[in-house]
Amino acid sequence: MDEPASITTTPLAGEMTSAAGSGGPWADLHPPLSQDEALVEANRCYFCFDAPCLHACPTGIDIPGFIRRIATSNLKGAAVRILEENIFGGSCARVCPTEILCEQACVRGAQEERPVKIGLLQRHATDWLMDRQIQPFQRAPASGRRVAVVGAGPAGLACAHRLARRGHDVTVFETRAKPGGLNEYGIAAYKLVDDFAQREVAFLLALGGIRIEHGRTLGADLPLGALQRDFDAVFLGLGLAGVNALAFVPEGPPAGLRDAVGFIAELRQAPDPRQLVPGRRVIVIGGGNTAIDAAVQSRRLGAEDVTIAYRRGPADMGATRWEQDFARTEGVRILYHLTPLGLVTAGGAVAGVEFVRARPGTPEPAGERVTLPADRVLTAIGQRLDLPVLDITPRVAAGRIVVDANRETSLPGVFAGGDCVAGQDLTVRAVQDGKLAAEAIHRRLSGIRE
Amino acid sequence: MADLSVNFASIRAPNPFWLASAPPTDKEYNVVRAFRAGWGGVVWKTLGEDPPIVNVSSRYGAISHAGARMAGFSNIELITDRPLEVNLREIATVKRDWPDRALVVSLMVPCTEESWKRILPRVEATGCDGIELNFGCPHGMSERGMGAAVGQVPEYVEMVTRWCKQHSRMPVIVKLTPNVTDIRAPARAAKRGGADAVSLINTIQSIVAVDLDSMAPEPVVDGQGTHGGYCGPAVKPIALRMVAELARDPELAGLPISGIGGISTWRDAAEFIALGAGSVQVCTAVMHRGFRIIEEMADGLANWMDEKGHTSIESFLGRAVPNFVHWEDLNLDYVTKARIDPALCIECGLCHIACEDTSHQAIAIHRHGDRRRFEVIEADCVGCNLCAHVCPVSGCIRMVAKDVARPKRTWKQHPNNPDRREAAE
Repeated sequence: MDEPASITTTPLAGEMTSAAGSGGPWADLHPPLSQDEALVEANRCYFCFDAPCLHACPTGIDIPGFIRRIATSNLKGAAVRILEENIFGGSCARVCPTEILCEQACVRGAQEERPVKIGLLQRHATDWLMDRQIQPFQRAPASGRRVAVVGAGPAGLACAHRLARRGHDVTVFETRAKPGGLNEYGIAAYKLVDDFAQREVAFLLALGGIRIEHGRTLGADLPLGALQRDFDAVFLGLGLAGVNALAFVPEGPPAGLRDAVGFIAELRQAPDPRQLVPGRRVIVIGGGNTAIDAAVQSRRLGAEDVTIAYRRGPADMGATRWEQDFARTEGVRILYHLTPLGLVTAGGAVAGVEFVRARPGTPEPAGERVTLPADRVLTAIGQRLDLPVLDITPRVAAGRIVVDANRETSLPGVFAGGDCVAGQDLTVRAVQDGKLAAEAIHRRLSGIRE
Repeated sequence: MADLSVNFASIRAPNPFWLASAPPTDKEYNVVRAFRAGWGGVVWKTLGEDPPIVNVSSRYGAISHAGARMAGFSNIELITDRPLEVNLREIATVKRDWPDRALVVSLMVPCTEESWKRILPRVEATGCDGIELNFGCPHGMSERGMGAAVGQVPEYVEMVTRWCKQHSRMPVIVKLTPNVTDIRAPARAAKRGGADAVSLINTIQSIVAVDLDSMAPEPVVDGQGTHGGYCGPAVKPIALRMVAELARDPELAGLPISGIGGISTWRDAAEFIALGAGSVQVCTAVMHRGFRIIEEMADGLANWMDEKGHTSIESFLGRAVPNFVHWEDLNLDYVTKARIDPALCIECGLCHIACEDTSHQAIAIHRHGDRRRFEVIEADCVGCNLCAHVCPVSGCIRMVAKDVARPKRTWKQHPNNPDRREAAE
């Protein structure tokens, strides 16, 4: 791919931020702690009783317990303590918005506005174990039961891993060529460097008992009714297949307009992402983590001018305050209270976006119109379920599959979790869904009453 | 997975981690919580004769070191302040409900045979696994001729131990006070008296701090203070040395030792076991963080044992004792030199100033513009390793052993030693 002339004349944004100390376009967002740093940080933990951080973790990791193990140089013990509750503890340590979860609850935050760096400590412990390729889990004796999991993302694989530990055999059906789901296709590269998503899946699969069939798609070549009949239980970890589009985009969209999810997936799979053309003036429409990821990645790829336009205020944004600040330090401009009205095009390509200023606190227009120039517009305005046409269909409400506390759908023996069911769209929540569904399936298959 | 179970002086426990006789083991409620958390055994807080003693308020003092709370801890609490009958009833209940755990009862009564004869059968009737004689308490009780007042006189230690062996069939552990000049003397006396084991150390006489406003030792009781018993992480080195001293004493060979003193982590425990402790007792660490620390201690010890290939506690018990030698047995021709890794150095200069001001002027500074490079002058370095201790970066300064062709030469063979024994002898 040829680089456009506009980029070669100016220094790459990545190079500029590199000079400021960020370490280049693909540098780790939070570099790992050294051993000394980890020890000092671990000893900052008070080992609280009934710790608030633990309650703030969707997977309920024993955070004081694993940190104390780090403090006593029992790194294997620390890693196992994490992974037994959250098999994706390695990627969650990297991608979790800890500032609104465990670290927000840390009592050190109340005491001195400086919580213990729980995410980085979690990474320290899990990296130690994975670097040594230690497999801490064993499978229970074979149960002879078989479970189908649809989707090899965090929800599906967390479910599969827990079921395999309990002695059941799991077949995972996955449309895409690689496992990992959003960890592989949907998260900014600087959050999961060094092919971590695939290394983590390999670690997880090393347990045994899990087989992944790629190129298999629910509805297309996988009738749900057949799965329900042929397997002892089914888990749907479908994620959100559909991407919301702007209402005013005409048929045959202009060049330069694309969805942010597709942009990140392309970037994550590109053999050399440096060759990607990010656009020169980029507008990202939206306010979630995908908007931040797409904007920062565009900047780091060399876009000169990157703006996130969001229709409400900073507190309403899906992206946390920390992520908004982070994007700004990366040179991204964030404009609030702008509702998109239409695209400005020239010669079949995007030339800008017209907005109307919204009344603060609402997306309602307040009158003033603003047009921002752009040669690339990325939409990050949410995703949706887009369930395929199926022979049997679980009940759906408010755009998500309906599940009970066990993550069982309206179809008996069919469970679901992750982004395809209601809840926070976070990796850590998907893992918890998968784990809870697996335990419910295990109880069901073992004849344990609820 | 490593087997953590122990058989200590015929007292069995699923792991070597016991709670020491102290406030955490004063009641059924606490002890049951400890067993639920996973502790392998407890030594019930010391029982005495009725009427019960009376305690003061407050009872504890502590040293915070560089932001770490309770690095050292001191108490002026006495033995149990509850009626004997209440304690005995609860002990019997707990032992019945938790048969697999070690339940040892600590005792302290006046130094007369009648007193011991009276209490021993009542304790034995509870079904407990053994008794620990509290000859160590350094405050309060010692003023009344008990505790350390007994432990500091080997003849008394022997006499009381013998009474206990005569008047009961229970295993007898003698708990030793560190407030003596030679820890071997009371230990040998205990063995002569028939003790099945010893445990050490009890707390060290201390004044933990002085309140400069009220001008009284802490903890301040209505404007005054008294000396207390010092314990916690700060005393571990003292305890390790005393345990090792007994472990290598030929006269005490075969006498089980329960290690006590500042044990907070699995690593502390492993060190005590390596120096000859067949079980370990913990107090300050649980008073600081609760009984749940046992999970990490057991898990950490098992992981370390797995890593090292130790299948049981027995397989590394006392393994460091043969390497604990007298100074005169150390090799004077073994030479190490400090080596600074420039890639790790953060240029703080602490190694230089420590060596320059207080040691051998063996770390040079080379200036390159704003940068400084620190380099060991090998010819002047005596290998003392002070620089490695003051360096804030782990692994930045290493002590590298120099190849010396000569065989081991100790002070006993050294020409500078006027009393040296000739090689021909």
